[in-house]
Amino acid sequence: MRIGVVTFPGSLDDTSALRAIRLAGGTPVPLFHASDDLKEVEAVVLPGGFSYGDYLRCGAISRFAPIMSSIIIAAEHGFPVLGICNGFQILCESHLLPGALTRNQGLHFVCTDQPLTVENNSTPWTSGYAKGDRLVIPIKNGEGSFQASAQTLAELESEGRVVLRYAVKNPNGSKNDIAGITNARGNVVGVMPHPEQAIESLTGPSEDGLKFFTSILQSMVGR
Amino acid sequence: MATIVVEVMLKPEILDPQGQAVAAALPRLGFTFAKAVRQGKRFEIEVEGTPTAAQLADIEKAAETLLSNPVIETYLVKVEA
Repeated sequence: MRIGVVTFPGSLDDTSALRAIRLAGGTPVPLFHASDDLKEVEAVVLPGGFSYGDYLRCGAISRFAPIMSSIIIAAEHGFPVLGICNGFQILCESHLLPGALTRNQGLHFVCTDQPLTVENNSTPWTSGYAKGDRLVIPIKNGEGSFQASAQTLAELESEGRVVLRYAVKNPNGSKNDIAGITNARGNVVGVMPHPEQAIESLTGPSEDGLKFFTSILQSMVGR
Repeated sequence: MATIVVEVMLKPEILDPQGQAVAAALPRLGFTFAKAVRQGKRFEIEVEGTPTAAQLADIEKAAETLLSNPVIETYLVKVEA
């Protein structure tokens, strides 16, 4: 099962995402921002980092990279995409997901092991979890405050499109404690926490993130 | 040569922690006039001669797609001589 990870100029967690895919049992395929070739992958991960130095707005310039034109078209036809942190910001800038990620309330860069609750396990990226599962996964961002209009928030809530919610404490002022959402079709998921950094107890606070990567492999097999 | 200015501001309903931080710093310097501060961005785009209607229409498009994010921001296009 080939799963791509896009490297943008300034991506940081692309290597970790490739490794997580390998440990989950998939074949990781590095993809490059300047090419529009998806190399026959069956799903793609947009990793964390600071693409284009976060210039203009986080994800605003990456959104126009050649690889994104291929990903946007594919995603509109049901191709699974997971955006992590900066990847989530890119998905919002691409309008594949609603809302926007803005400067954290309090202005701090927040780097912590964050308790989360799984709200939606019907996406191909979260099908291995149970609804209500409590996870601990690192967050590390300065612009992770999810903002959207009241109408968009109501839609996300009523359609069950909140995927992850911050538990115990909202770290950044995100509306409705939202840590991750999905599109109406359920194939595009964006999360601020870093599941690829919680796949082994040796290097992460838990192994709670690994199921994002095993879930997508199982979802593709079952298709 | 003319300069087209695009000003981008966060929508009023979007929290602006940077503006809040500036507002909190002003009184520490003895400036007590500010009830609130909002921080935005200003782009200066130089063009040859007087901008044409087509160029201005393009700038509007650029402002809407790249320079601002309409989900959280508003923009204003002005021409300066």
